[in-house]
Amino acid sequence: MKLTYLIKLLVFVGLYALPVLGYADWNALNMTEGATEVSKKVFDLHMLIFWICVVIGIVVFGVMFYSMYAFTKKKNPNPSSFHESTKLEILWTVIPFIILVVMAIPATNVLKEIYNDEEGDVNIQVVGYQWKWQYKYLEDGINFFSNLSTDQDEIYNKIPKGEHYLLEVDQPVVIPVGKKVRFLITANDVIHSWWVPDFAIKQDAIPGFINTAWTIVEEPGLYRGNCTELCGKNHGFMPIVVRAVEQNDFDNWVAEKKQAAFELAQLTEKDWSVEELVSNGETVFLKNCAACHQVSGQGIPGIFPALAGSEIVLNNKPRNIEILMEGVQGAAMQSFANQLSEVDIASVITYTRKAWGNGEKGDKEIVIPKEILEYKNNNKRS
Amino acid sequence: MSAVIESHEHDHHHGPAKGLTRWIFTTNHKDIGTLYLWFSFTMFLIGGAMAMIIRAELFQPGMQIVQPEFYNQMLTLHGLIMIFGAVMPAFVGLANWLVPMMVGAPDMALPRMNNLSFWILPFAFFVLLSSLFMEGGAPNFGWTFYAPLSTTYAPPSVTFFIFSVHIMGASSIMGAINVIVTIMNMRAPGMTLMKMPLFVWSWLITAYLLIAVMPVLAGAVTMMLMDIHFGTSFFNAAGGGDPVLFQHVFWFFGHPEVYIMILPAFGITSHIISTFSRKPLFGYSSMVWALASIAILSFVVWAHHMFTVGMPLAAELFFMWATMLIAVPTGVKVFNWVATMFKGSITYETPMLFAIAFVVLFTIGGFSGLMLAITPADFQYHDTYFVVAHFHYVLVPGAIFSIMAAVYYWIPKWTGNMYDERLGRLHFWLSFISVNVTFFPQHWIGLAGMPRRYPDYALQFADWNMVSTAGAFLFGLSQILFLFIVLKTVRGGKKATSQVWEGAEGLEWTLDSPPAYHTFTTPPKVS
Amino acid sequence: MNNSAKKTLKALGFAVFGMFFFSFALVPLYDVFCEVTGLNGKIALESSNIQEVESGRDVKVQFISHNNEEMPWIFKPSEEVLSVKTGKYYTTTFYVKNITNQEMTAQAIPSVAPSNAAAHLKKLECFCFNQQTLLPGEEAQLPVRFLIDTELPENIKSVAMSYTIFDITDYEKQELAMQMDHDSMHTHPEENH
Repeated sequence: MKLTYLIKLLVFVGLYALPVLGYADWNALNMTEGATEVSKKVFDLHMLIFWICVVIGIVVFGVMFYSMYAFTKKKNPNPSSFHESTKLEILWTVIPFIILVVMAIPATNVLKEIYNDEEGDVNIQVVGYQWKWQYKYLEDGINFFSNLSTDQDEIYNKIPKGEHYLLEVDQPVVIPVGKKVRFLITANDVIHSWWVPDFAIKQDAIPGFINTAWTIVEEPGLYRGNCTELCGKNHGFMPIVVRAVEQNDFDNWVAEKKQAAFELAQLTEKDWSVEELVSNGETVFLKNCAACHQVSGQGIPGIFPALAGSEIVLNNKPRNIEILMEGVQGAAMQSFANQLSEVDIASVITYTRKAWGNGEKGDKEIVIPKEILEYKNNNKRS
Repeated sequence: MSAVIESHEHDHHHGPAKGLTRWIFTTNHKDIGTLYLWFSFTMFLIGGAMAMIIRAELFQPGMQIVQPEFYNQMLTLHGLIMIFGAVMPAFVGLANWLVPMMVGAPDMALPRMNNLSFWILPFAFFVLLSSLFMEGGAPNFGWTFYAPLSTTYAPPSVTFFIFSVHIMGASSIMGAINVIVTIMNMRAPGMTLMKMPLFVWSWLITAYLLIAVMPVLAGAVTMMLMDIHFGTSFFNAAGGGDPVLFQHVFWFFGHPEVYIMILPAFGITSHIISTFSRKPLFGYSSMVWALASIAILSFVVWAHHMFTVGMPLAAELFFMWATMLIAVPTGVKVFNWVATMFKGSITYETPMLFAIAFVVLFTIGGFSGLMLAITPADFQYHDTYFVVAHFHYVLVPGAIFSIMAAVYYWIPKWTGNMYDERLGRLHFWLSFISVNVTFFPQHWIGLAGMPRRYPDYALQFADWNMVSTAGAFLFGLSQILFLFIVLKTVRGGKKATSQVWEGAEGLEWTLDSPPAYHTFTTPPKVS
Repeated sequence: MNNSAKKTLKALGFAVFGMFFFSFALVPLYDVFCEVTGLNGKIALESSNIQEVESGRDVKVQFISHNNEEMPWIFKPSEEVLSVKTGKYYTTTFYVKNITNQEMTAQAIPSVAPSNAAAHLKKLECFCFNQQTLLPGEEAQLPVRFLIDTELPENIKSVAMSYTIFDITDYEKQELAMQMDHDSMHTHPEENH
């Protein structure tokens, strides 16, 4: 009776779970070995502790299951009445203690190695923002933000998801292989945490304080990670991508970056056509604004205001600029003054003033990068 | 206070009052125990419904059902409700029912405070849940409410959250005071400390932990309140404060809190395993010492929750070693339970099934706990689903299974009716299988790299999240069966004897089933 | 309720209040603990005067700046890296400019990495000891005079000194307003009629 019950149940649950198990990916069940010497040591440590636990489990559960099988009321109607044994109790206090010491020694050694924080060849300041990462290369003066590049439509299931769904960014942080790279990690607003499993680095980013971590990556490649400290709405949408490259590729990249920064400064001085602004603005909008205001510009009623047909977007250009630059107090709208370039801010405002039929309704004004620069110089924090 | 006891003497022969007023004004430990247990079950269902929302969203990658901000509110409320609304009140309810009957006392020592400490609880949770309908939504910063996400960046409802945490804390503190005063002063003659049943011991130690740490939680939220409204900067770096300080204060409360939710479970399991093995508990005194050492160690391990905040090497080593040390007394308890079963005469009624599942699954949670203690490896596990799997293993098949075991074990005593054994076993097997289907794959998801508190995830985690969600819904549904079984038992069933279980020992089994409204008005003699 | 129960109750009541106040005592305790261990890279927020000693080893010091949230000032180290010898005083500056048209007040929060270097970094003078108020368009070179003592652990060859500036203008105003409210209530009670 009891047994038939159990069998029925197992069959029921089996039927229920099998279709899912059928196509489960059995390879992705364990910690990554990673790409550095340290991460491999951490992996070995993890496996060592795991197997010790498995062995202890087999012994303890073995005795337990044997007792459950051999000492049922049917088989052993007269229970023994022993209830203490000092010898046994000392034994099973001392043996676990010894096992713990055995575990603690390698753990301590690996930890010491991780803490051996010598000078880095490349130093990168990592700053966590709600909800993106900023990287500043201390030696080269390169400075950029790294945003999630997954399409909002993928997240909201409107188009198929790409291979690296939620693990892709617009600008990966680039490091040279074989060099000691030191990360100086801090945050701009709330606490974040910078985690790249392949490097076995997970370090909290705390506003006002600086933490360090270092790595030496052996193989060129893309290494992906996540923010691991709850930091608000888009905590799950601020991934990390590290691109490790050979030294000369790194040098080229640094040179390119510096050139691009120079060109950006030129750009703000250039004369922009409306079409150029709108097309650049659309890209900026999809990356930075569509999460809340939606691709359709309709926002989410009651939470995120609609931009399509908004009075400010249609007819109030000064306020329109001000909102982008200052954010809105007490609302989710943050300031983009430090996060987007003058060109991007001007183009995204122009885009919203043209898109979704706004272009036919409002004052038809556009915003050029120079106006944003002027705002920054004269009018900030009004 | 003497007036209270007199008035009790007065209505001694009257039994309970009629109607709703019985429950509102009751000072009877059995009534209050019942109130606590029903309240806890209600909260378990509400918190469970939130878990279902979370799991439904995680069924597939992509955002389907809720928005990320609402998801964060759900995970915050789920944690707070399950901890402060479901597990803790359930243990207080069991303490109310059982401690006086186990030590041979007529009631709790402070019956009116007992009434108060219960009735402020529904109010606290009403305030907390009402924040869902406030502007900006409910708290969304996780049950650990790290500053500055919970201060400068919090929704306006955070003030109500603080208010409700204060009330929950006051309720727990009053409950703990009541338990300690009862145990220390109202034991039957002859019942020395080392003759107390283990459930009473485990609650005595739990109560001391509560008194030590609930005021620290109150202090932490008070500091938050002052930072938010009165311009202080305890946790605000701009004013010379430190957000990491919040984590230290919080986990100084938080780690003992973890043991508050598991020590009474140790007590319950010890009773049940001994009863159904028909053998005295192995190593009673080492059980007591293990309980005490776990409690003491819980005060020096808090920073193992913070290995990644950037502590110096010496601190990391200290907290790693101290944490590993906890495995020793915990191991002793598990070995003692196994030794109790060894050469026993075991039967497998529902309470025993739950107790055995507790030992096995709690031990698995203990193993993952040991792994998490290893600092370098914790850099990889920290804040991933591996941690989620770990603490759900110690809390769901740990704390909650022990509460269910306790209900099956003592409900014949409380109601005078036997529960339906067939349905009880069905409930057990459904719960046991689904809890593992839910939480075991989360170990793998976590090791493979999925961070916790994510409303959406990368594609390689999709399969096992789907399995986990399927398990979670089965587990949730199984608990409706539990409700049905309990209701059925309350309404009737095979009459229980006063002994109920063949191997049961202790003063509560000398009373009728159900016991009179007032019991042990003259203390029993304990030899 | 008997006497011994009352005693227990009293003791427990004291314990509850004691632990509540202990939670507040954790705040200064934590600061002391941080300064001793260098936890969090925290450093003493007051000047310490240490005698220079001869001939230390070489250490590379990196200066890092960050503007918290929307702090609009320009804030950056005048030199990014400085090679120093332990046991010697060095002075460096941070350039700061208020680019807004408002008077603003800032507070810089220092932090040192690696954290175990914090205890060995002594500052004789630092702009982080005080709040900085700048008029619209005003700029300044803010000095730091520091020494790394010779006890610095051998394996540390590079130290990062980070400063984050926070905008505390509103904070200041609030405090000032509260102060003035307070004053007016006490010194000129008749004006309130």
